[in-house]
This record gives sequence, structure tokens and C-alpha cells, in this order.
Amino acid sequence: MEWRRFTGAQRTARFMVYLVMVAAIVASARTVEVIPEFLYDAPEQVGDLFTRMWPVAWAHYPGGVHDALMETIHIAALGTLLALVLALPVGVLAARNLVPFTPLNLLAKLVLVSSRSVNSLVWALLFVGIFGPGALAGTLAIAFRSIGFVGKLFGEALEEAHPGPIEALAAAGAPWTSRMTYGFWPQVKPAFWSIALFRFDINVRESAVLGLVGAGGIGMALDAALNLFQWDRVALILVAILAVVVLTEVAVTFVRQRVL
Amino acid sequence: MASVHASPAPPAHPFPSSVWPRVAVVALAAYVVYACTRMEISWERVLVGLENAQRFFARLFPPNFARHDLLVKGLLESLEIAILASALGIVLALPVGLAAARNLMPPWITWPARALIVMARSFHPVIVAILFVKAVGFGALAGILALTVASVGFIGKLFTEAIEEISDKQVEAVRATGAPFASVLAFGVLPQVFSRFIGFGTYQLDSNLRNSTMVGIVGAGGIGGTLFAAFQRFDYDYVCAILISIILLIMAGELCATGVRAIFIDNATLRDVFGRRRSAPLAPLEDD
Repeated sequence: MEWRRFTGAQRTARFMVYLVMVAAIVASARTVEVIPEFLYDAPEQVGDLFTRMWPVAWAHYPGGVHDALMETIHIAALGTLLALVLALPVGVLAARNLVPFTPLNLLAKLVLVSSRSVNSLVWALLFVGIFGPGALAGTLAIAFRSIGFVGKLFGEALEEAHPGPIEALAAAGAPWTSRMTYGFWPQVKPAFWSIALFRFDINVRESAVLGLVGAGGIGMALDAALNLFQWDRVALILVAILAVVVLTEVAVTFVRQRVL
Repeated sequence: MASVHASPAPPAHPFPSSVWPRVAVVALAAYVVYACTRMEISWERVLVGLENAQRFFARLFPPNFARHDLLVKGLLESLEIAILASALGIVLALPVGLAAARNLMPPWITWPARALIVMARSFHPVIVAILFVKAVGFGALAGILALTVASVGFIGKLFTEAIEEISDKQVEAVRATGAPFASVLAFGVLPQVFSRFIGFGTYQLDSNLRNSTMVGIVGAGGIGGTLFAAFQRFDYDYVCAILISIILLIMAGELCATGVRAIFIDNATLRDVFGRRRSAPLAPLEDD
């Protein structure tokens, strides 16, 4: 009898996954609507794109792009801050060791899951519908998308906290607030700040596209330039976004290494 | 007998408070006020918005599924975009990720590969989709290509990190038998990273599914175009129907991904996955 790593049932399961994967790819490739004429045209269109993008409209930066770019950064920063404030209580409610009451845990988890399963562009559409176009809608969209992310990771960090210091505080008769600030907070502080920085990095990228649905920031300048086929301005905006994204990543890495 | 009952000096506070957190809070509050005035965010606007919200939600519900044929067509196209982009992205990310691994490749190969991964990661898929719409026209192809780029960036980065963390011992053992490079990869490297790779792949399919419902906003195919058009026509009950369908599709995708991870990482059988003896679901990898 030859040695086999997996049982028959395990091999069947793996085979079924492969089968479904291949079937899905073949079915998708056969039914998806691709217009071949557009594809033959692509090299020409890409060449056209680059000739229209060059020279980049640098002169447009002070008047048309700078303010929008700053607005994008403000949206990301304010959205992250608001998300941190809103996610703290939800994360606490989701932590089973802190709130030993299952219905509340499940309610908090439901809030976190629904926040994460809605894309930030969809959140932006909803808030544009409520508050009208502008940075307020973008900030709230970023905040509501981030609650799920921050709350989930923060709740998990709380659940992993060592019970020793908390029990010691409880034994000394410390009230709930002292157990939180002196027992839990020192243990989860590094995780909290690293989650916050990570989410800020993501939010800078996301806030750059929210303007496409009218939620403020550089995406609105991008949308305007695209609708007028001003590709040299589009190139400028893309360079600006790239610069901000790279700078944020460098700054976040620096803070993480030096401060945390 | 004088000083027995005199109160001793108060003990030093065990958690001395520092000045810096207070300075940071004040600075943060100042920034919030500054940013809000710059962006014309005010309490009145929020209040006006909350009044609007009632009317807005009244118009969202009940959801209107009357035009379900268009809805299903868009959802299917999103699903197709996600599947094809994931397949293409994974196939392309494998060699790129391998080329970027510093422990297997010389610097003149890793640097270009790393630059490619950084480039692919720096833009949001919707922005990449704009460029592909210009290059290959409106439709699903632009969406597929945009999400392929995003997948190459994300999987390439994680795959590189996974390869760089492997143990050298097995690689050296295979090499010592005189095996060619392809065999070193197949028997020394791949078995060590396979299970993590399954995790990345299923996560990316999930992420592509989310984004494939959005690239339609810029004309790159899928349900996003229908959603945005309905929103601009103030056709809010149809918007609601589309949103509910998107969320259901994404949740179904998440369930599938959990099942695949259970089969490949926990060696589960089909009965474990579909039956009642399910092990605790694996936490999904978190990122955007």
C-alpha cells in the first residue's frame, strides 16, 4: 500500500475545488463581453494617451490641484480620527472578556461586519445622498468604512490582553475605569496605534477616489479633468496622488519604527 | 508617642502622568477645528443632513427589484470580472513574487520586480480602471485588466514576503542532491509557501469581488455602472435593491473563500465544509 498524505475524502474535496475553479474560469471567459475590435485598437490608444498626457500640466497645480489634494489628506485624517473615536466603544463591546454578555458581543460584531462589507465608495454615495456633495460626505464615508476594520482588530487585541494585571487591579478594589486605563490600555496601546496608522495609510489611498462620486477631495478634480478630456491635468493629478501615497507610506513607516 | 498617628507622606503615584499626551490632545483638537473650517464642515450642515437622511431613507425603502434582469446581468458581469482578474492576477503574481524574493534571486532581478509591485499597489483599482477604459474602451475588459494589476501588486508583495520567510534547510537539501533550479522551486520552496498562498489567493478573490462591483463607476463593467446611473437619476429604491444584492454577493464570496481555506489549510473534507461538524471559521486576512 503506497503512502498517501491525504485521505480519499480530503483529496476529493481538493479536486472539487480545482474543478469548480476551472469551470468558473472557463464559464467566465466564455460569457464575458469583450469587444475584440477595442483590443486591436489598444496599442494606438495607449500611445494616444501618453501623447495627450505629455507635457504634464504642472502650471495647473497651484490653482486647481493643491487645495483638492490638501482636502484629500484632511478627509483621510479626520475620517480616521472619527473612526477611532467611534470604533473604541464598539471594539470594547465586541471583546468577550470585557463584556461577558453574548447578545451585546453579537450586536457589536454585526455593526463591525456591516461596516466592512460596504465599500467606501458605496458609503460615499449614501452620504452624498444625505449631506450633499462635498468633503463632509467623504469624511463620514472614510470613517464608517474604517469602524469595522479598527473595531475588529481592536476587539481582538483586547481579547488577547493578559488577564493578570486586570485581576490584580480588581483584587485591589479598583473601579471599572481604573481597570480599563491601568489594566487594559497599556497592554493594547501598541496594537491600537499600529492599527490607526495602518488604517490611515489605507484611507489616504481610498480618499483619493471618493471624489469620483462627489464626496470631495482630489477625486473631484480628477473627475472634472476626465470629463473634459484634459489628459495633461489627469497626469498631473495622478502624479500628485502617487506622491502623497508614497509620502504617507514613508511617514507611517517612520512613525511605526521610531515611536512605537 | 507623638508621631505615631501622624499621616505619612503621600506615596508617589504609581502611574505618573506625562505632559505630552495632553499637548497631543490639544494639538489634535486644534487640527480638527482647522480642518473642519477649511472643508466647511459645520454642525448646522450635519443637522440639515440629518433632516435629509429621513427623506433619503424613506426613498430607499422598500427596495425595488422590478428591473431584476439588468441587476442580475450586472452582478454576473462583476462576478466574471472578479474571477478572471483573480485567475490572471495570480498567474502573473507567481513569477513576479518569486523574482522579487531576495533570498532566491540576485539584486538585478529583485529590484525591477519590486518596483513593479510598488507601482501596481500605489493606485486604487478604480483609478487604474480609468486608464484601462481609455486604453481598451468601456466594458468588462478594462475592469478585468485593472483588477489584474491590483492583484499582481497585492499577491506579489505577500508572496515575496512568504518566500523570504521560508527555511533554507529544505532548499539546501534539495540543492545538495544536484537538483536543477525548477526542482528546487517545486520541492524546496513551493511546499513551504503553498498554504499561505491559498490564503492570499482566496483573500484576493474576495477583494476583487468587492472592487469589481465598483469599477463600473468609471465605465469598466459590472454592476457599478448600473448603481451609479440609478443614483444619479435619484432612483433610490433601485439603488437600495442593487446595494442589497451586492452585499449578498460579497457575503456569499466570503463563505466560499472560508470553505476553500478550510479544505486547503485545515485539510477539511467536503462533509466538514457542508456538514454540521464545521470547525471554527478562519478569520479572513485583513486589509483593503
